[in-house]
Amino acid sequence: MSGNDQLHVVTSDDISAGRIRFGKTLIWGSAAVLALVALAQVAQIMDWRDFGFSTWRPTLFAYSFWAICLCWAQVVIRGEHGKRTLFVLPAALFVVSLTVFPLLFGLVIAFSDWNLSSPDGRQLNGLANLRQMWTDPFYWNAMGNMVWYTAAIIVEYAVAFGLALLLAGQIRARKFFRVAFLLPLMLSPVAVSWMIGKSMLEARFGPLARLARLLGWENPSFFGSPEVAKITIMLMDAWTFIPFMMIMLLAGLQAIPKELTEASRVDGATGWKSFWEVTFPLMLPVSITAILIRIIFKLKLADIVINVTSGGPGGATDTVTSFIFREYRDRSNVGYGTMLAMVYLVIIVIAMTILMKLAARWTAPRT
Amino acid sequence: MTGPEMTETAIFKDGETDRGFRAKWFANRLVVYGVLILWTIICLFPIYWTITTSFKMAPNVMQGNLVPWVDYQPKWLGWRSLGLSPDTIGAESTVRDEFVKRFINSSIAALASSTLAVILGSLAAYGLSRFSYKFGYMKNDDISFFFLSQLILPPVVLALPFLVLYKELALLDTRIGLILLYTLTVLPIVSWIMRDQFAGIPTELEEAAMVDGLGVWGAFFTIILPIALPGMVAAFILSLVLTWNEYFFAALLTSTYANTLPVMVASQTGSQGISWWSMAALSAAAILPLVVIGVVLERFIIKGMAAGAVK
Repeated sequence: MSGNDQLHVVTSDDISAGRIRFGKTLIWGSAAVLALVALAQVAQIMDWRDFGFSTWRPTLFAYSFWAICLCWAQVVIRGEHGKRTLFVLPAALFVVSLTVFPLLFGLVIAFSDWNLSSPDGRQLNGLANLRQMWTDPFYWNAMGNMVWYTAAIIVEYAVAFGLALLLAGQIRARKFFRVAFLLPLMLSPVAVSWMIGKSMLEARFGPLARLARLLGWENPSFFGSPEVAKITIMLMDAWTFIPFMMIMLLAGLQAIPKELTEASRVDGATGWKSFWEVTFPLMLPVSITAILIRIIFKLKLADIVINVTSGGPGGATDTVTSFIFREYRDRSNVGYGTMLAMVYLVIIVIAMTILMKLAARWTAPRT
Repeated sequence: MTGPEMTETAIFKDGETDRGFRAKWFANRLVVYGVLILWTIICLFPIYWTITTSFKMAPNVMQGNLVPWVDYQPKWLGWRSLGLSPDTIGAESTVRDEFVKRFINSSIAALASSTLAVILGSLAAYGLSRFSYKFGYMKNDDISFFFLSQLILPPVVLALPFLVLYKELALLDTRIGLILLYTLTVLPIVSWIMRDQFAGIPTELEEAAMVDGLGVWGAFFTIILPIALPGMVAAFILSLVLTWNEYFFAALLTSTYANTLPVMVASQTGSQGISWWSMAALSAAAILPLVVIGVVLERFIIKGMAAGAVK
């Protein structure tokens, strides 16, 4: 096993049979405790016997105890190798417990009819949620909006690339500009919703509305018509996230060896030509990474929409996340909402896998 | 400032072509700085607007005054409503108590989850960059991808299962619940940045330490950790930004006790009657910590984000 390791360690572990037995006892003993506690709690839920539990916390503690014993036993049983496993195991256990269990749980909820405000509680209803989703125009409308929002990344990318080129060029006060350009990323989207969406874009007194009037737009309304509202949301989101792409691209630009650009200049390539034939191809891997990460963040877009437009006018600015958020909070329709979220996850995973495969094929021969 | 530089860089100082080149160079500079300054205004104006508005009164807002002391006389009105103006800072204020409570909640949630994520993520990233693992069918690349793939998971998928789960575990509306969830959301980013950091450190360093009799963990703590510290700070700051600003989970999973600052800002945004100056003061107070962090620790943030970009 250690043959492939980056770091070669000579191990001479001599683990006695008793130690191995102790380690195994640790794992199975704590697992038995966990099983017992869980069983007792299930028994109470099923009304078999009352143990006086008020919450599921004892199971949580037993689970944590088991997780700790599992980590400890690694060292006891496998010595040096166990110590190596200990680097990754805590994080892996943490992520698995916090995603796999909730996701399985979510699947059960997704296939049930569950409205928090109705007294009936949760009831499995098979594929009814899927059928409802299929005919829900607002969900597919939100999905369509996501396509538009994602498409806007191309423009964001162009702007970010331009700014990165400027920052990488020979300018004075580079640090000042870098800090200034970075700041929008630091602001909370909720605060941005008020700062820009609710006050600067306010139709009567907002400075941007005044500017628009000055430039000849009679009655500026940034959230009146569906198209304008969508573009406004896109711009606000772009404002916060352009710094993110800009910094990744800037790092890429600074990693390009100076000799390459100089050589191209000697060969007579200047300006645009040098950019398209030298800089841009060299930046392709970085660009693709930046765009992929940006897409991932874009697919989570919600805060601004929830706080500025609540999806309006007529669902024109709705994202899938903000739509489900309202389904949860305003209608308490959690079963249906969870099904929508699950379908969204499946679509995202498929789309991202295809994109990543495409990106890998695209960059492979050139680099 | 342009004159002396030009005579130094331009080798051929005579001739018409040179003078033409110089004019072109000058125009180019003008455009470059013009664009830079324009974008600086775009980035900074909303912050400036928020801070100045928090010192305005109703007529100033309606008249669209922009520059304090020139256009209008700054007043503490907005900050007074938060209980943070000089004359109210000593007095009792329920709004300020509320604000401070949210502020502390936000700070604890952000700091604790970032710390936890950096610890878990760094350990995992170090292990993956040094040893080869086999968990079932999963090898190193699969494990790395597993960690990174959590980034794709949209919060909305986890929100409701967590709501129900936390209700059963009595973790709803607690800081612990938020911290666990926030750690999960920033862990992929941390492990990604840290993997890059550790990959850049030569293994000879640990090998030398192990020859001297240190174990794997000893070498990690005494040799590697100090070298990787700037990277860890970068990952920490980036996590801090993301968790401090998080709204979605906080809005769904907290109600009274563990509410964070973004939830407070959002709940005020929704109400119609709220005055601009109070809202501006609240927003300014919410963004100020991160603006300060952004200005002071800018190079760490850039380092963190650049880590994954360049291989």
